[in-house]
Amino acid sequence: MITFEPSFFTERNRDIDDVTLRAIAREVRKDILKMTSEVQSGHPGGAMSATDIIVTLYYYKMRHNPENPKWEKRDRFVLSKGHVCPALYSVLARTGYFPLEKLHEFRKIDGSLQGHPDMKKTPGIEISTGSLGHGIGAAVGMAMGLKLDKSDSKVYCMIGDGEAQEGSVWEASMAASHYNLDNLVVILDNNNLQIDGPVDEVMSIYPAMEKWKAFGWHVIEINGHDFKEIREALDEADRVRYKPTMIVAKTVKGKGVSFMENRAEWHGKALPPELLKEALKELGELV
Amino acid sequence: MEKVSLRDAYGETLVELGKEDDRIVVFDADLSGSTKTAKFAKAFPERFFNMGIAETDMMNVAAGMATTGKIPFVSTFAIFGTGRAWEAVRQTICYPNLSVKIVCTHGGITVGEDGASHQALEDVANMRNIPNMRVIVPADDVETRQVIRKIAYTEGPFYVRLTREKFPRIFDENYKFEIGKGHVLREGEDVTVISNGVMTSFALYAADILEREGISIEVIHMPTVKPIDTELIVKSASKTGAVVTAEEHSIIGGLGSAVAEVLVENYPVPMERLGTPDVFGRSGKGWELLHYFKLDEKGIVEKVKKVLERKER
Ligand SMILES: Cc1ncc(C[n+]2csc(CCOP(=O)(O)OP(=O)(O)O)c2C)c(N)n1
Ligand SMILES: [Mg+2]
Repeated sequence: MITFEPSFFTERNRDIDDVTLRAIAREVRKDILKMTSEVQSGHPGGAMSATDIIVTLYYYKMRHNPENPKWEKRDRFVLSKGHVCPALYSVLARTGYFPLEKLHEFRKIDGSLQGHPDMKKTPGIEISTGSLGHGIGAAVGMAMGLKLDKSDSKVYCMIGDGEAQEGSVWEASMAASHYNLDNLVVILDNNNLQIDGPVDEVMSIYPAMEKWKAFGWHVIEINGHDFKEIREALDEADRVRYKPTMIVAKTVKGKGVSFMENRAEWHGKALPPELLKEALKELGELV
Repeated sequence: MEKVSLRDAYGETLVELGKEDDRIVVFDADLSGSTKTAKFAKAFPERFFNMGIAETDMMNVAAGMATTGKIPFVSTFAIFGTGRAWEAVRQTICYPNLSVKIVCTHGGITVGEDGASHQALEDVANMRNIPNMRVIVPADDVETRQVIRKIAYTEGPFYVRLTREKFPRIFDENYKFEIGKGHVLREGEDVTVISNGVMTSFALYAADILEREGISIEVIHMPTVKPIDTELIVKSASKTGAVVTAEEHSIIGGLGSAVAEVLVENYPVPMERLGTPDVFGRSGKGWELLHYFKLDEKGIVEKVKKVLERKER
């Protein structure tokens, strides 16, 4: 297991290479599949499309302190598409917010890891989410509050592309630009799938980049599974002044397991035991 | 008792209605597989509208379409249909008294593992408090089919609360649902238990248990929470002199509140409410959570004993 001292995370832009990030992401994907399979419930697909970005945020970019989750100087991460919390729970456990064994509590009646993120039950969760379209507004409020305090902490937020259909996402986007929130970076997990099918067939959000540009955002498009591109986009956002940044990350739902990739059916369905074995094998686990 | 799916009954009835009447249109917000409107979407793609994850807009659009003479059924999870979109329902559907039928699945604690964010424990309260809105909580598939048919051809807005979990079937084909009417499923002398949804099957079970202890329970199934059957509640309360309500919902604002309002103004008797206390839900398996919150026969027996004590005091 790849571990770091808590002090490793308290400065931004850490010295960590793509090979290491990729290895961590592979462990996280295995966690996601095991957690959801154990309770035969939860959302593996969108968690796997988000994994590389969340790993890069927590291992490379964000300033945070697993020993002191409420550390005043921390950067914040809001998982607005809260259903993919297995990815976040795994990263929080692996960076040291709570023991890895806790992952077995996911979705269980006496557990601390709820089906959707609960900031009152889980250390490291900045705001409770689950109903789509709300987290991004809370991220705007955090960014505004940090500005009031003259803090240089940043707020990162991830939204889903289906989630972007909610009007509240656009209300928050308008406010972020109106208040010149250059301390806010939102990542759109653009896997082009939601529950009922492809986003452009269910209810198109395109052209997405032009929409956020028109809302006054700095917009960057990347491959959401290329660590170099993720890193560079996050670094570019640091240099933007007076505007929030939207990173449109092209991703693949179910990324990492061939038979799950780009398949809407794995949105909210856990792998049965036989398929779990196969998937873990693909991810390099000796089973 | 055989466990049956209320949402499948809904989807199948929609298809039947769609065949009979081309004014029937259906809206969903990216949950058609779960709400079972996908069955209608497959049969009548031109009359099915997926609005994306945009529940508020879906309500407004359905209202607009109702003004053109269509009969819209609108579905999503209960918390999003009655919570997220609440003010659109109030402003654009209920205020103009339009014929929009909001049928939501995933009501109650039996949503299960998704946890508090997805468990609608306040949906009945949310809808009951809007003028013109009528609220129905069926117990099984037989009743669901009748409810859906009935509301399709009754003017004005409705909210029907269905569930993710399968529930025991308690009715046969002789059952006849009527809007605004409660049903005495079992006559008794000592305490009246008024319930709906899954709690009615637990009420019948509790009545059996209590009978063995010499306590006689009158079980009333009350699918329509609004307009509530005042006459039946008063009649039964005046016979038994004590009432317990049981619902898979917060004790604030649902069936228990509706019955309490009737009793307090017409025929005050000792009363106890069984529901979730004023707290959020949590992750767990659906049936496990029912027992966790004592939403079962044991919970009803406990409340009956408590109300009996107060009655005899
Ligand atoms: C307001 C709201 N409506 C509906 C849902 C149910 N739901 C959960 S995930 C999901 C699809 C999300 O699609 P997307 O945002 O693209 O997520 P991803 O593909 O990244 O998993 C839906 C409709 C919800 N959680 N919140
Ligand atoms: Mg998506």
